[in-house]
Amino acid sequence: MSSYREITLNGLWKNNPALVQLLGLCPLLGVSNSTVNALGLALASAVVLVCSNTAVSLVRGVVNTAVRLPAFVMIIAALTTCIELLMQAFTYELYQILGIFIPLITTNCVILGRADGFAAKNAPARAAYDGLMMGIGFGIVLVLIGAARELLGTGALLANMHLLFGPMAADWQLTLVSDYKGFLLAILPPGAFIVLGLLIAGKNRIDQVLAERAKAAAPEAPAQSRRVRVTGVIE
Amino acid sequence: MALPRITSPHAKGSNRTQQVMLQVLLATVPGILALTWLFGAGTLYNLALASLFAITFEALILVARQRPVGFFLKDYSALVTAVLLGLALPPYAPWWLTLVAVGFAIVFGKQLYGGLGQNPFNPAMLGYVVVLISFPVEMTSWPAPHSVGALDGLKQVLGIAALPDGWAQATALDALKVNNSLTMDELRAANPAFGHFGGAGSEAVNLAFLAGGLYLLHKRIFSWHAPVGMLAALAVMSLLFWNGSGSDSNGSPLFHLLTGATMLGAFFIVTDPVSGATSNRGRLVFGIGVGVLVYVIRAWGGYPDAVAFAVLLMNLAAPTIDYYTRPRSYGHRKPNSGFKLGE
Repeated sequence: MSSYREITLNGLWKNNPALVQLLGLCPLLGVSNSTVNALGLALASAVVLVCSNTAVSLVRGVVNTAVRLPAFVMIIAALTTCIELLMQAFTYELYQILGIFIPLITTNCVILGRADGFAAKNAPARAAYDGLMMGIGFGIVLVLIGAARELLGTGALLANMHLLFGPMAADWQLTLVSDYKGFLLAILPPGAFIVLGLLIAGKNRIDQVLAERAKAAAPEAPAQSRRVRVTGVIE
Repeated sequence: MALPRITSPHAKGSNRTQQVMLQVLLATVPGILALTWLFGAGTLYNLALASLFAITFEALILVARQRPVGFFLKDYSALVTAVLLGLALPPYAPWWLTLVAVGFAIVFGKQLYGGLGQNPFNPAMLGYVVVLISFPVEMTSWPAPHSVGALDGLKQVLGIAALPDGWAQATALDALKVNNSLTMDELRAANPAFGHFGGAGSEAVNLAFLAGGLYLLHKRIFSWHAPVGMLAALAVMSLLFWNGSGSDSNGSPLFHLLTGATMLGAFFIVTDPVSGATSNRGRLVFGIGVGVLVYVIRAWGGYPDAVAFAVLLMNLAAPTIDYYTRPRSYGHRKPNSGFKLGE
């Protein structure tokens, strides 16, 4: 039984679905060409993840092990349909831009992975919290990649945020480099792979430095020279 | 009788990689001279900038990877990559174009894979393709021959002042690709980009690279298999699909052999020992693949020239080629087919 602190750490860093488990790469690489697309899909995925974890946890005692995967997928598909209809209703333009990737949330391995790996073995509150943390962990990486690609590709950030937040966000765009030529490669699919690779490398490097620091900070274990007695009877 | 007794090894001890790279650099000189004669100082600016950036990037990434900087800089492989890129980029390319191309070639194309000998793709071609798909306008601005002054060109490179409109013209391959109304003779008469066989002047450039390549072949820097495979395949393809000189002409074999990056590709790119196939038979297959792809992309693809794409695609195929063209080892009747586990 993992503590809430552990669940948080797992979702956001140690077992991050995008950087460590490398799950859900298809949407991660497919729609991360701008911040607004990335944020839209991140929110949708996170909502589905929380709801599906809760639902799966609730039915975990009732569902037969043999049919658990189809049952989980049905739950996830139903929730994804809800999200899809909601996006159609409130953020129609974004819904059209994200296109096939919204229904594809159903097949996102992160969601099924958490449903089977965590929610099916834990109480609803814990499962929902795990879904939230995994969703945030996935979302942060998605938005980071989206922002990096948008910045490299167009020289601006937060363009078209009104698709998600309505008219009040129309002038949120930050043009960091005016007269920017546009680095097309970053917007094209190779850009997604390169940025994700660099993020993973960065995370591994941070882990490495932290491990070295912890090793240096830990007090030296006292030299033990106790001999192990291998013969005779110890009384 | 006292015979002089000298113990082995008798060969002169030398840094072989360095020697090879120096020979390759030397062999590019005719091509550099031809390009400079044709386009003015633009090629020299490219080469100077590319070399500077390449050495800087190589040194920085070696420091970051905690490798000995001096040792790896002295193998001159970064310089060869830089020179090949400098020759491939259009003369008077803005400095940042060279920066991005060289940076990608050295950092992503070579060092992130583990340095010289580990890179699956030809670094120079990787850098070239990255800027080609990212900055199509700048990458297709080839100057008209003998048109740009050295000082004006330098200002263009540094981004201080742009050259007057119309300094760039379509290359012969470009013109052939977009042409759909003129016969070859009309096109030749109307467009100054065409020369006797290929592009105006670029036929001289190609012959110069051919001369450099033959020098390397003579020095046995590489075997004949890959370049001959590529040139033969390109010639055969362009002969097979040569539909005369009407308005839908794909260009004659001689045109394809002497235009664009054909000779540079055949002798300086396809012969890369790292990213190509390893056995002689494999190199032949590799070269043929590149030649066929170059023609396919030139004739029916979306880009006017295709050496870089063709080489990268065949780089991807190189391990498979190696798998099927393993040479027979001594003492075995047939070559070992397939790799054993853990090999």
